[in-house]
Order: sequence, then structure tokens, then C-alpha cells
Amino acid sequence: MRIVIMGCGRVGAALASDFSRDGCDVTVLDTDPAAFRFLADDFTGTRVVGNGIDPDVLKKIHLERVDVFVSATRGDNRNVMAAQIAKHIYGVKVVASRVFDPLREEMYRNMGLRTINPTRVQARRLKRVIEAPSDEAANLMALDFLKQDGA
Amino acid sequence: MYIIVIGGGKVGFYLAKELVEANHEVLVIEQDPDKVREIQDELGDIVMEGDGCEATVLDKAGTARADMVLAVTGDDEDNLVSCQVAKQRFNVGRTVARINNPQNEAIFRKLDVDITVSATTAILSHIEQELPTHQLIPLMRLKGSGLEIVEVRIPDDSRVVGRPLREILLPQQSMVALVIGEDGTPRMAGGDTVVRAGDEVVAVTMHDSEEALREALMAPPPARAF
Repeated sequence: MRIVIMGCGRVGAALASDFSRDGCDVTVLDTDPAAFRFLADDFTGTRVVGNGIDPDVLKKIHLERVDVFVSATRGDNRNVMAAQIAKHIYGVKVVASRVFDPLREEMYRNMGLRTINPTRVQARRLKRVIEAPSDEAANLMALDFLKQDGA
Repeated sequence: MYIIVIGGGKVGFYLAKELVEANHEVLVIEQDPDKVREIQDELGDIVMEGDGCEATVLDKAGTARADMVLAVTGDDEDNLVSCQVAKQRFNVGRTVARINNPQNEAIFRKLDVDITVSATTAILSHIEQELPTHQLIPLMRLKGSGLEIVEVRIPDDSRVVGRPLREILLPQQSMVALVIGEDGTPRMAGGDTVVRAGDEVVAVTMHDSEEALREALMAPPPARAF
């Protein structure tokens, strides 16, 4: 399976490393070459310095042959623009984006993108940790969150 | 008309100024408080501080009753999202995006932005008009006679491709002197010399007949009437 991940921050890099370990053909894109330091040592994919909303870059990495496109940069607008180019111009089958603004996330989800919004979930979890009766209870809760996500 | 301008930089500022003068109701949305103050000082109370990509901000701006949203920040992705939010959430009839990378033009259209405006494309098209691609290249002017020697590259779709010179109707006082193949081999021009696509044709012509010669050698075959 061919996967392109745009944005090699902690999330993008962890995802890229996971897919690489699963045996996928992974390409990571980031405008900052220093970002690739987050990749795991056993990452075997391709690192490309470039902007995922630049049509020339997308041509270069042959987005038309890609099965999955993920945008996980810090910029919501960059993420949804790249995702829409991947889906509507290059016909990539599975396209997923992280969108921090809950309203924008909802809108683009309704427009057919696969999106996740980390903000609400994290805020709710933080609140529960804060309201826990003791530090121990809070830590147990945090461990439980990790377990729920299988991490 | 109620027009919302997203982005209060140079483009947004002058747009707003012109639109106000044309008696439109205008609201500029700008993130940078310094720019907000500048616009307020110059144009009065027609500016709102905020992120023009956020639905809550656009809601407060009364986007639902806007006739037009013009997204003119310096970032293509921000302009795209502003237009999409305006259209999807607030049903704005007409959205206009400024784009910097001309390649984004087709993409934005496909993603439902009504109008795209690119300064880059506008400037490029001016340059192209100045330098037509299908051109006669004047090689030499023959002093005093009004004659000149010109060179023409035969396009693939030219009407003369595959035809001998004898059959080609040239303007008066024009004649083909030499045909140079794509590989650089020159052929002396005779009635039987067949013109191929990609050939460089060297011709002698009156200066006034240049355009007619260009047409004779380069134009595609006339459309056939059925």
C-alpha cells in the first residue's frame, strides 16, 4: 500500500513509522528537513522536503498512484486544502486530515473528507484528569486513556 | 451590496476603499491588530479583528446576508478555506479568491470557488501578448527595397504540412528560399519540395506581407463545412 503523510511533526512521524513497520510504502512530506528527526530509526520510507499544497510537489511524488493521503501539519487550512487536492484532483481513495478547529472539522467531514479533531477529546480528557479526586486517580485515568487507544 | 473582504493587507485595503467609494456596504476582516487600527484610521468603522476562516468570526460578521465574499490574503490555502466556509455554512452566492500560485486556479474552480484572481497570471498574460509564440522571426532586412528575409517554424497543425511548395499559395512578392529540416539538413526550395511539421522555412517577403505569409504557412487548415 502506498501512503503519503504530509507534516512530519510528532503525530505525522509516529504514523509514518507505524505504517513503515507494517510494510507499507510510505512517503513523508515536510517543508522543514529538521522535522524528519521525529521518525523512528527503523523507518524505511522516503523523506521529501516540500509543501503538500504545491501542485509541483504533488506531481513529483506521483500522488495519482497513492492509496492513502494523510495531512497532519499544524495548519488546518493547509491540511484541508491538500486533502481536497488529493481526493478531487488526484482521486486518492482514502484521504484523512487532522483539523484543530472543531467547526471547520465538522464542515469538511460533511463535505466527504475523513477528519479528526483532537481538540475536543483532549479538552474533555484534561478536564476529567483535573477533576480526579487524587493524583493517583488522575494517573490511572491517563493510563486508561492510553489503553483505550491501544498505544 | 454587502461585501466582506477577508484580509486587510494592501489588496484588501484598496479594495475596501474603492468599494466604499462605490457606496457598497463593506466589512474587512483582519487578524493583525495593527492593520485593523490602520484601516480604522483611514476608512472608519468597517473593519473587524479576527480569523476570516473561522465560522464563528464569519457568523459575527453577518456572512449569511453577504452578497459576496472576497478572500484576498497572501495565502492561497487561507483564501480557499474562507471561500469554502462562506459557501458551505453561509450560502454566500459569490466567492472570490485571490491566488498566488497560478496552478491553483483550476484546483480552486474544482473546489467550488466562483472566481479566482491571480496577479501572477495577469502579468504573465501581458508578457505573452507582447511576445506571441507563433511568430515570424525577421532574419534580415534588405535595405531600401522593403523586402526582408524571415524564418518560420512550421507548426504540427499547419495546413501546409505534407504539401509540396508548388501547391502552397503564398502572398504576392513572397517566396520560399530554403527549407531546413528538424535535423538541420537544408533543402533548396523547389516546386517539389514537401514541407514537414517542424521544418524551418526561410522566405523572402515584403514587410507588408508578413502577416499574410505567417497565415499562409502557419495557420491550421480551414474548418471544413459539412
